[in-house]
Amino acid sequence: MATADVVMYDEEFNQIKSIISKLRVDANAKLVFLVDKNGQQIAAHGDVENLDTTSLASLTAGNVAATDALAKLIGEKEFSILFHEGERDNIHISIVGLRVILVIIFDERSSLGLVRLRVKKASKELNDIFDRIMQKVETEKTYGTNVDSPFAEITDEDIDSLFSE
Amino acid sequence: MTFINYASREINCKIVYYGPGLCGKTTNLQFIYDKTNPAAKGKLISLATETDRTLFFDFLPLELGNVRGFKTRFHLYTVPGQVFYDASRKLILKGVDGVIFVADSQRERMDANAESLQNLESNLKTQGYDLMSIPYVLQLNKRDLPNIVPVEEMKKQLVLRNEPVLEAIAKANGVGVFDTLKAVAKLVLQDLTRPDKNG
Repeated sequence: MATADVVMYDEEFNQIKSIISKLRVDANAKLVFLVDKNGQQIAAHGDVENLDTTSLASLTAGNVAATDALAKLIGEKEFSILFHEGERDNIHISIVGLRVILVIIFDERSSLGLVRLRVKKASKELNDIFDRIMQKVETEKTYGTNVDSPFAEITDEDIDSLFSE
Repeated sequence: MTFINYASREINCKIVYYGPGLCGKTTNLQFIYDKTNPAAKGKLISLATETDRTLFFDFLPLELGNVRGFKTRFHLYTVPGQVFYDASRKLILKGVDGVIFVADSQRERMDANAESLQNLESNLKTQGYDLMSIPYVLQLNKRDLPNIVPVEEMKKQLVLRNEPVLEAIAKANGVGVFDTLKAVAKLVLQDLTRPDKNG
């Protein structure tokens, strides 16, 4: 396997949730959203009721991947920020610690300057959390599979039952 | 790269449909979308050209149910099959958990199948994966057409290891489409149980 699986634990998940909810308030944003680079949604805070967050996650990741590839084509390491300006709403996308994507949706009640400022601070905190998660994953790798991993015992029946309709 | 969320008790896996242009990757996804209970699926997103050729990817999120108390979600992606979209194909393979190669059974597409399979192998390698060990299924699509190559002959040309091989007719009646998905989902979930996973 090329890369370690992403694993999210309760403790870090709660810390992440509290950081992004604070970020939403501080940046006066409508929505703050965290996605991993492969398009899996990690956490969201804000007006998500009318939004297809799964699609948002995969399209954001596709967007970031394409932009990354563009950067490499012209000899840049990365474009660390993407900003899309709309008539009402704007999307600010940034990369946290080379691993996850932070998405902020905001309207005229906020500004690009404010969002950038707040993102900078929150990114650092998020980065520390993801470092800790990676350390945990590494530790588990070293000491073998997590003893209470629910997947060590998946049976063929478990899998078949998913398709039993 | 499976995403296991212990906090919300979810497993998210990424499955990619690969294959030459017009082999039926999008048609596979469309059939799954049409036949799945609305509660279990999200929107089918298709980033396609005006002539319905895939430009970047198609995406379909699918929720299969619970395994050991964890909600299992499969994110299905297709790649653009046309040769010149190779840069996009590479991107979509990022973080893949399982691959379905959709081969076009028509005789005149056999070279395209071989070329695409080779392309899959090398693109996986650039992402750090090995086609010989990743969860992988081969689908022989378009078995209803008149000018097709016999299954045994296709197998001889395209089978790489002991991967499951499934015959399908994605367009006309969807035969084999769910069986293919099931086969790869099974391999992906079995892969989770491997103790040397991540190693």
